[in-house]
Amino acid sequence: MAAEDKTTDGKKPASLLGQPLCVINVGLERFAEDLAAHGTTVQQVQWVPPAGGDPRLARLLSKLGS
Amino acid sequence: MEKIEKANAEALRRLLAGDPVLVDLVPAAEAIEGLGKHHILHAGPPISWERMCGPLRGAIMGIAVFEGWAKDLKDAAAKAEAGAFRFEPNHHYDTVGPMTGMTTQSQPVLVVENRAFGNRAYCAINEGLGKVMRFGGNDAEVLARLAWLRDTLGPALGCAIRETGGIPLKPIIARGLTMGDEMHQRNVACSSLLLRILAPSLARTSKDGEALARCLDFIGKNDQFFLNVAMTVGKALTDPAGGIEGSSLVTAMCRNGTDFGIRVSGTGDTWFTAPVEMPVGLYFPGYTANDANPDMGDSAIVETVGLGAFAMAAAPAVVGFIGAGRASGAARFTRSMGEITAGNNLEWTIPLLDGLGVPTGIDIRLVVETGIVPNINTGIAHRKPGMGQVGAGVVKAPMLCFTQALEAFAAKLGVVY
Repeated sequence: MAAEDKTTDGKKPASLLGQPLCVINVGLERFAEDLAAHGTTVQQVQWVPPAGGDPRLARLLSKLGS
Repeated sequence: MEKIEKANAEALRRLLAGDPVLVDLVPAAEAIEGLGKHHILHAGPPISWERMCGPLRGAIMGIAVFEGWAKDLKDAAAKAEAGAFRFEPNHHYDTVGPMTGMTTQSQPVLVVENRAFGNRAYCAINEGLGKVMRFGGNDAEVLARLAWLRDTLGPALGCAIRETGGIPLKPIIARGLTMGDEMHQRNVACSSLLLRILAPSLARTSKDGEALARCLDFIGKNDQFFLNVAMTVGKALTDPAGGIEGSSLVTAMCRNGTDFGIRVSGTGDTWFTAPVEMPVGLYFPGYTANDANPDMGDSAIVETVGLGAFAMAAAPAVVGFIGAGRASGAARFTRSMGEITAGNNLEWTIPLLDGLGVPTGIDIRLVVETGIVPNINTGIAHRKPGMGQVGAGVVKAPMLCFTQALEAFAAKLGVVY
């Protein structure tokens, strides 16, 4: 086993794909819905880019302390 | 930005510290300084006759006949077109009005005094349901009802209110929120609570038993009687929060059927306007969205102080009435509005949300940042003059008002891109 495959205590890490997935989906809900439809546990986090992605307004908001 | 946070804290403090008391009901010309002949106050931001929608024109034609400024509706329209009337927003005169929002000299107006700050606000009496002037109605039945409000109910209510020495309104709204009212499309509880307070004084001051019975019957049968009271409360609470340098909180939201307008504390009396949107909701039998006029009225002042759609969780029954989904989704509306407000009103709490105060103090920065615009519960007027109400629904404030306001607010603070 290569050194980079070991955790700091020298044990082999559990395989991520070898256990049931729990997913946190940020933003677009459709991804969460698709995963949920296949039986995956999903926690949806509502998120959109500040000011709907308008960089000009986002910059202004940042200066106004929002 | 520290200056903004401090200014917003002060604006929110003023919004929450208000003490609105119903102190009188008198003819508008007695209460509203500067309101004279041929002078018509309307809902929403400023607008010219040429740009007015059908229901607003219909109401103006009707009120001109009612005031004796025109011999009939056709004459009224011709005079309006010729510039014989002066049109101004209610908001410019410490006043608000639902839907078309007609306020003219002889109409009786509720007088609410904010005893914490000493300012007063005004609003006409709610006309009831059906064909009414606030929805653009202007036929003989509508004008006859307005005459009865002016000649009988108004003077009777004025005497009764004065006899009470003033009715504190915050506690009534607090109780109404625990009884299923949100104070915009549902005012069943508060209308009843107010009548319970007024009835003994009405009886004591009345000299005519039959007239008294008709007054009690009119108020008792009007589930929306308290709407105009709640709106006056909203105006009395928001005015002291205006003009605070550096505050990004909204102090007024209103619509005239063509434009939606907002005012922001830190930018004073400036209106930021955008085309008003169409409500999404339910229609009375025989009507569809094709009959509807875009949204109108000063009534969004109740949302500005955390009521209406902001307090939807208190009123699950109204969700179905306005076609906003299932009753179980009511809390979602209130929580969503919590994303764009500076605080909560601990005097107006919602039992279903474990006593959470209604979200209060809309911050234009949060609206632009999150993309969440204020929701407003509303009635829907027919687009043609004189037809009246055709449904009820929810409308969203246009984002453009808030982006314009943000840019002007930033410029005033010297903040550039």
